[in-house]
Amino acid sequence: MLKFIARRIAAGAVLLVVISFLSYLLLSVPDADVGRQLLGQGADQAAVDAKNASLGLDRPVLTQYADWLAHAVRGDLGTSWFTSEDVGTAVAGRLPVTASLTLGVTLVTTVVSFLLGVWAGVRRGAADRFVQVLGVIGYALPGFLVTLVIVLVFAVNLNWFPAIGYTAFTESPGGWLSTITLPVLSLAVASVAGVSQQVRGAVVDVLRQDYVRTLRARGLPTSRIVFRHVLRNASAPALSVLGMQFVGLLGGAVLVEQIFGLPGIGSMTVTYTTRGDIPVIMALVMFTVIGVVLINLLVDTMIGWLNPKARAA
Amino acid sequence: MTDTGTTASALPDALLRIRDLHVSYPGKGWRAPRTEVLNGVSLDIRPGETLGLVGESGSGKTTIGRAVLGLVPTRSGSITFDGERIDTAGPSRRRELSRDLQVVFQDPYTSLNPSLTIGDTLSEPLLGHGMGAREARGRVGDLLARVHLPSDAAGRLPREFSGGQRQRVAIARALALHPRLVICDEPVSALDLTTRRTVLELLLEIQEETGVAYLFVTHDLSVVRFMSHRVAVIKGGSLVETGDAHAVTTGPRHPYTRALMLSAPVADVTQQRRRRESAALLGRGTGAPAVNQG
Amino acid sequence: MSENLPAAVPTGPRPSAPAPGTSTARPAPPADGSLRRLLRNPLGAVSAGVLLLLVVAVVLAPLLAPQAPDVSSLGDAFAAPDGAHPMGMDSAGRDILSRILYGGRSTLGGAVVALAIALALGVPSGLYAGYYGGRFDSVANWAVNLVMALPAMVVLLASRAILGPDVLVLMIVLGVLVAPGFFRLVRGIVANVRKELYVDAAKVSGLSDTRIVARHILIVVRGPLIIQVALVAGIAIGLQAGLEFLGVGSGSAATWGAMLNEAFQNIQRAPLLILWPGLALGLTNGSLVLLAGALRDVLEDRGGEPAGRRRGRPRTRTASPAPEVLDRPSEAAALLSVRGLTVAYDRPDGTGREVVHGIDLDVHPGEIVGLVGESGSGKTQTAFSVLGILPEGGRIGSGSIMIEGQETVGLPERAHRALRGGTVAYVPQEPMSNLDPAFTVGSQLMEPMRHVLGISRKEAAVRALDLLRLVEIPDPGRTMRLYPHEISGGMAQRVLIAGAMSCDPRLLIADEPTTALDVRVQAEILGLLRRLQQDRGLGVLLVTHDLGVVADLCDRVAVMSDGRIVETGTTDRILRSPQDPCTRALLGAVLDEAPAREPWQPREARKTTA
Repeated sequence: MLKFIARRIAAGAVLLVVISFLSYLLLSVPDADVGRQLLGQGADQAAVDAKNASLGLDRPVLTQYADWLAHAVRGDLGTSWFTSEDVGTAVAGRLPVTASLTLGVTLVTTVVSFLLGVWAGVRRGAADRFVQVLGVIGYALPGFLVTLVIVLVFAVNLNWFPAIGYTAFTESPGGWLSTITLPVLSLAVASVAGVSQQVRGAVVDVLRQDYVRTLRARGLPTSRIVFRHVLRNASAPALSVLGMQFVGLLGGAVLVEQIFGLPGIGSMTVTYTTRGDIPVIMALVMFTVIGVVLINLLVDTMIGWLNPKARAA
Repeated sequence: MTDTGTTASALPDALLRIRDLHVSYPGKGWRAPRTEVLNGVSLDIRPGETLGLVGESGSGKTTIGRAVLGLVPTRSGSITFDGERIDTAGPSRRRELSRDLQVVFQDPYTSLNPSLTIGDTLSEPLLGHGMGAREARGRVGDLLARVHLPSDAAGRLPREFSGGQRQRVAIARALALHPRLVICDEPVSALDLTTRRTVLELLLEIQEETGVAYLFVTHDLSVVRFMSHRVAVIKGGSLVETGDAHAVTTGPRHPYTRALMLSAPVADVTQQRRRRESAALLGRGTGAPAVNQG
Repeated sequence: MSENLPAAVPTGPRPSAPAPGTSTARPAPPADGSLRRLLRNPLGAVSAGVLLLLVVAVVLAPLLAPQAPDVSSLGDAFAAPDGAHPMGMDSAGRDILSRILYGGRSTLGGAVVALAIALALGVPSGLYAGYYGGRFDSVANWAVNLVMALPAMVVLLASRAILGPDVLVLMIVLGVLVAPGFFRLVRGIVANVRKELYVDAAKVSGLSDTRIVARHILIVVRGPLIIQVALVAGIAIGLQAGLEFLGVGSGSAATWGAMLNEAFQNIQRAPLLILWPGLALGLTNGSLVLLAGALRDVLEDRGGEPAGRRRGRPRTRTASPAPEVLDRPSEAAALLSVRGLTVAYDRPDGTGREVVHGIDLDVHPGEIVGLVGESGSGKTQTAFSVLGILPEGGRIGSGSIMIEGQETVGLPERAHRALRGGTVAYVPQEPMSNLDPAFTVGSQLMEPMRHVLGISRKEAAVRALDLLRLVEIPDPGRTMRLYPHEISGGMAQRVLIAGAMSCDPRLLIADEPTTALDVRVQAEILGLLRRLQQDRGLGVLLVTHDLGVVADLCDRVAVMSDGRIVETGTTDRILRSPQDPCTRALLGAVLDEAPAREPWQPREARKTTA
């Protein structure tokens, strides 16, 4: 098991290095002339060149990357070209917002999808159809459209929740809850739609297995079989989907943060990519990938723990 | 290895000659499925002869057939067909060999492509070897007649047919290119009792007419006695006994073959009781029964 | 919508791995009939129609739009719908209908570009990787994992920073991001199909690889691929609209996403601005998803749920005509007594198909009764009915099943369950698939015991060890801690027998308990069953197709054919002098007494003429 985790961490590290390299390469492609952008069109060439040199942009790309990497592994992600703030602090400051959003959605999704999926898979009939309809709606509407509708209904019309803004948990738990609810709800709709489908399918598949019939023949009640055996065996495919959904969540978070004005990594991405601020973009990409790798590691570990065959591997 | 009856190795007029064949699969790290391994198997098959290959699961009996067909790479040893080495054959040589070497698999439900009609399935080998479409269609009709299936079967899908009928289609497909050797890999194990008999008799009839040879792989001793001229018994990747079918299946010399023979129950109450008693004696004689395997 | 490739279509996901013993070989219906079938499916027809309408409207935008999309008259800002402008005006006084029609072009057109790129990248590589495996497969998988680790939105935003706001370029990037989904789908299917026996047969037939892929593999890929295209199209549209919503892309050109952004900016003042672009997006994606679902039903031959699933309660207890039974021992003191049992299955269209047509059967304490027949004769259905565990869609039509004098047909589930384990026990056919792979042997042995007997964990553990010793498993302590995949088939069957014995039943239903085992193991299990039965005085109903097993174990035999019992009697009598033609046919098929072949003789090698 530990070997398994170690191997995945190593693979994740390799992924990070490769992605960082490719990203840096690609970001350096356009001839953006950052110096000129910073100093303005009117500035004279010497000043622009000096500015570019001070940012290290006159060196070959590979050297620039190597330099960046060397600093990054020590935790120094450089300074923003446009705002001169320390990248590490800037990004880290916004992490809790995105984290509470995505983790909140993941939690809600897990609980609701399992309940719905098990209910639909065991009862079939009307429950099943309901979950399928939910699935269609969730897939059909793009996340941000759902968000807009939710904002319209709950914030503008009903005024139950604020439409914009974010209160940190440390400031006021109640405020945090009220500002995070609608964003979580918006993302959760699509997430629940997808995962509950998968849970339902997995439950139906497990219920068809021979060993379920044999357990019934030994006198076990259905409820016992469902909560012990079916859940255990249906979890692995469901967890897989959850892991994959997480990547999509990060993307959806970008839009949701923009709409609700949440000061998270997503809205940061929008702002800074428009400017072409490489140190910040690199940091954002890195943090995103780290998040994905960690979640996938968690999911794989849980699947491995649930499945005795994988544990032995 | 015990030779019962005629000596089985080194027959002078062999069509297929396997010498000291070794096949192994790399380990996967899980304990679950044991991989078949061959530890130096040698056997011969003569033209028009049926060699029955008997063994339990995991003995390697299926692997021998797959190695002959080129579906599995060999470690060492040689497989010679009509005087020519085939275990080292490249892909284009293999395709030519398909005219002579064919197969009937065990599972009638997955050995036919469920999306293709019977006619398409049967004409595939013909078209693949360059026959024209019209000629192929005619040949398909002949093949269906040969296996006693109605000619309108050509337009139907496999799922409309029973297991026995599908197996006959598989036999027809094997015959399409006039092979000289057909590997029959447990062809009747998945079929009902009454259907088994009909399919086996069809195979015998075809051998009678065309002189094709069979490598007949099975776990069932009574089937192997019915079908084979000679029998080889395989255990754990090695042959333990070979000889004439009658001799090996009624009066086996090797204790493993004896155990196999006595373990299979017969449909006669008094006879079966006697066999049970003999089997119990044999078990006590050779030590603990196969508890570790079962 | 999740911007991820959905793992499932709303009408039900495909399992990640085929269940043991089943094949992934699933027939793909011929393409020519599919379109017709799609149109006959109501959901399919409607969604296809809506999509067609949208596409046509968008393509014909210059003809249908009241005016050009950028024409603005600020004085008319936020105007309500009227004759000239059926959808009203937006915040800059531009006609909304025109903007929707023209906007659709870039939204839908962009999605088409992305899809085309994704297909061109994903499908051929998936085919190659799935079929040949090897290094290409490893490298491709690694690259795919890399791409899938990145949220599409982030990459698109970063791409905009690098490559500029040209929508076409961004769509190409989107295509690359979405290609892994197609790659995985195709590769997965091809890798599975490659293992099928009919592909082996095709190779042995001498077909070239190209031909094999074209004839055998593409057919299986086609259906799921089409469905995936429908779904991915929706995702691409959603992502594109999202980008435009963020203001990334074509500036002020009319697109659905930009219109939604505008609506959002004016959400307090004119909330209705959301309506039309939202509707356009929702309709398009909704139709795509529903179309995908309908395509799935059509292309994968899925029948709907059986209409009106009913529990196993008989409507009436009418006795069916008694079949010809030659021996009928006294009903008194029968452990199991079946009279006039019929079993039927629901067909997708709601009608029933009877598989057991009224049978009578008795098992007395201490006797082993064999229930013999070929596949499809109904013997397993009979066994399941006695236990009350008929699979989905099956129910007892009429008849009576008395266990120890108590009627069980029509019994509520709870009462029926009380009989299982303690009174009636079951030994299944396939040992490996009847053990839950996620739990240890010990825990699976103990759990039902604790529930049925109400004993503590410690007691159950002691009992379990005794049971394992009873079925002659060496080192029971170690075996308790093993998982099913760590034990052999024969051991698994012994564990299942131990489980059946665990609550001291009086009646044992054994469904072909040795069919899946090697012959030597089979002999041992048969011996074990005989010993257990003798020691405990069990009544056993042994379902089998093997007459040798019958001769070995059974006292009496009932022969089933086509859902009816055609003959019963003592084993000896049935095997020696069968009366019924079906029984005779069965015995005739037995090869034990058949003559062995004569020794081989050389012959002229004759080419076949047929």
